[in-house]
Amino acid sequence: MNTPDRAVNLNAPARPNGSGAAAVLSAGVGSFALAVLALAGDKSALIKSSLVFYKPTGPLSGVTTAAILIWLFTWGILEWRWRKRTVAAGRIGAIALALLGLSLLLTFPPVVDLF
Amino acid sequence: MEITTRSLWTLIHGMGFGALYLLACSGALLELYRFTTSHTPSDSTPGPERFLKGYMIAMVVLAWAAVLTGAYVIYPWYRAAPPPGAIDLSMYPQRLLMSSPTTIGWHSLGMEWKEHIAWLAPISITMAAFVFIRYGRDLRNHRQLRAAVLCFTLVSFLAAGVAGFFGAMINKYAPVQGGHTIQLSRGGEK
Repeated sequence: MNTPDRAVNLNAPARPNGSGAAAVLSAGVGSFALAVLALAGDKSALIKSSLVFYKPTGPLSGVTTAAILIWLFTWGILEWRWRKRTVAAGRIGAIALALLGLSLLLTFPPVVDLF
Repeated sequence: MEITTRSLWTLIHGMGFGALYLLACSGALLELYRFTTSHTPSDSTPGPERFLKGYMIAMVVLAWAAVLTGAYVIYPWYRAAPPPGAIDLSMYPQRLLMSSPTTIGWHSLGMEWKEHIAWLAPISITMAAFVFIRYGRDLRNHRQLRAAVLCFTLVSFLAAGVAGFFGAMINKYAPVQGGHTIQLSRGGEK
């Protein structure tokens, strides 16, 4: 008689959520870095001038390049640490969404003017 | 009928990459939601999953193309500084907008917001595409990941919408002009 060694649960995740959580959190971190760098460039002449990586585009070139590097670096590190693990995706997702929400707020000029 | 190279680039950036991305976003939101929540047998075949992965990759390309052409091709023309004492500011859109209290808001609110919020779109959609490509239909079993991907895709849509709206309005009040003229057709008198 053939009996399965173990029951197959079709709803069980086939792979751990670490890799996805790393991508989600790093996207939140990258977005937040962009907003903070834009704010810093707006408030400090020194930071603004140091963010000019490409003169015709001005400080926007430095804000976006630095934010992308922070995002990709964070992603690489988290992917390396979490790719084979199951992590608390709910909490990580909530943190990422909070960072994304803050990024939306901090890129809105009337909010920037409050600082 | 003619167009200048700068106008052509603005069209490619806004109507080509930006508008197409916005159109694709609504479809992606719906398909991502449907595909990662439904359990119908038709979704178990590899065809729809492969199509949606290709669709997401196309969106990533469109989003990055939109922000890169915006920041490195058009924005330098927008923020170009006029020579001292210049009276005609039509070739300097930023200064033209700032020269009148009725239009300054299009720069101080519109462009200042657009130039930063637009970048949230490619970051968000790249993440969403990566997660979908990695997990595919297994995303049905990762509820929290799925929720985060859908929220980021929605924010990406919102960011692209804000950028698109202000881009269109700014180009209406202070269009980017100049460059070589390209003759599209010679019109005859009727």
